[in-house]
Amino acid sequence: MLNDQGLRTIEQISCCAASKDMEQQEWMTGFITTPSGKVPVVSTDLSRKDITGRWKARWGIGRMKYTVEPGLYTVGSPDSSSPVFVSANYKMSFDYLRKDLRNINGWILVLDTKGINVWCAAGKGTFGTDELVKRISQVHLDRVVKHRELILPQLGAPGVAAHAVKRKSGFSISYGPVLSRDIHAYLAGDRKATPAMRSVPFKLKDRAVLIPMELIPSLKLLPYIFFLLIALQLINYGLFPVKDLLLLVPFTGAIIMGTVLFQLLLPWIPFRSFVVKGWILGLLWSLVVSTGMTFENWQSAGWYFLLPPITAFLAENFTGSTTFTHLSGVKIELKYGLPVMLISVIIGIVLQFL
Amino acid sequence: MKTLSYLKNNTLLLHEEKCIGCGRCMEVCPHGVFAMNGKKVRIINKRYCMECGACQKNCPVEAISVDAGVGCATAVITGILTGSEPTCGCSSDGSNSSGCC
Repeated sequence: MLNDQGLRTIEQISCCAASKDMEQQEWMTGFITTPSGKVPVVSTDLSRKDITGRWKARWGIGRMKYTVEPGLYTVGSPDSSSPVFVSANYKMSFDYLRKDLRNINGWILVLDTKGINVWCAAGKGTFGTDELVKRISQVHLDRVVKHRELILPQLGAPGVAAHAVKRKSGFSISYGPVLSRDIHAYLAGDRKATPAMRSVPFKLKDRAVLIPMELIPSLKLLPYIFFLLIALQLINYGLFPVKDLLLLVPFTGAIIMGTVLFQLLLPWIPFRSFVVKGWILGLLWSLVVSTGMTFENWQSAGWYFLLPPITAFLAENFTGSTTFTHLSGVKIELKYGLPVMLISVIIGIVLQFL
Repeated sequence: MKTLSYLKNNTLLLHEEKCIGCGRCMEVCPHGVFAMNGKKVRIINKRYCMECGACQKNCPVEAISVDAGVGCATAVITGILTGSEPTCGCSSDGSNSSGCC
């Protein structure tokens, strides 16, 4: 590990230390020798494996271990005047960056963000001033480049105090565009980002890619609901007919409303509150259930109390993935929302089973 | 598409008397909340602030205050349950598979 052994001498580092320690990966095309040792050159093409890896991460498979080694990398054939781009060691972040650095000669400084993307890591402080300053010193960036400028992704800003980095390391920071795909335009525009490059899009496609990580963890609740249903049925009637498996349909629907439909329809559902938006979708689904399905011994009114809080809760949960919700709002929503959800669920259960 | 906005009750405050007009807040804000007004910045879109804290963190003269944090329900609930400050569920030890971020 090049990065975790701070106290190496210059000779050790300049003598192939990086090539020994930084394992050759499929997305590397070779190494170049620099005053701080051998530094990997990365490809700007994403292989089939990189793309599969991204999809697996989107679906939550091996997501917390999808990392690259922190440290210094290069793209193209940079020299000591080439720009330095800073990124996170979540491989999806790193891959987007190197893909978008095609035809650019530059350096990539990867911080140890514990495998978390830039924005979330900045929020947690791991993509932060201290880690950046430490990493600059560990890779001897001052010997690799003669300028003293870094380009950071704009969304790294919540964790990094540019003036403090300047004071501690001598490197000044320019915040680049939010999205790496705008880097070419940013460089061409004399390192000035347009307002569009500075804002965070949250379009249909941006929301859609988040759906698997909303839906899949929520579906894992179904077995618990199922066993609860069985228990309640057995207590009430002492039997559980196989057709009562259909009782899972309303719950599955409520989950899909809160983890798929909500995400897709977000801008068009009225009201600002996520709980209220989710509740509306839940009520619509309750309407579908109570008119479209008939169950013996079940009172359809109960659905209007039981299902909306489920959808509303899952909708509120999406605040963690959006680009525009804030902590103060989430606290208020939960303060008033959670008790209402709880009461509603209790009323729903009472209506259904008594 | 219309701009998405959330509840209006955010904690963003600009102490204009301290502002030196460096424009760093405009550079880091992901929602265009600030604009130059002569030699100082002013807040033009307070309701779009998401309390990410980037402006506060990067203001060299501490002219901006905001109760910054992760606007994430999972984090807030976890914070309530564990009696700690809200932190994002995607924990660094890799043991948590929360959907948060």
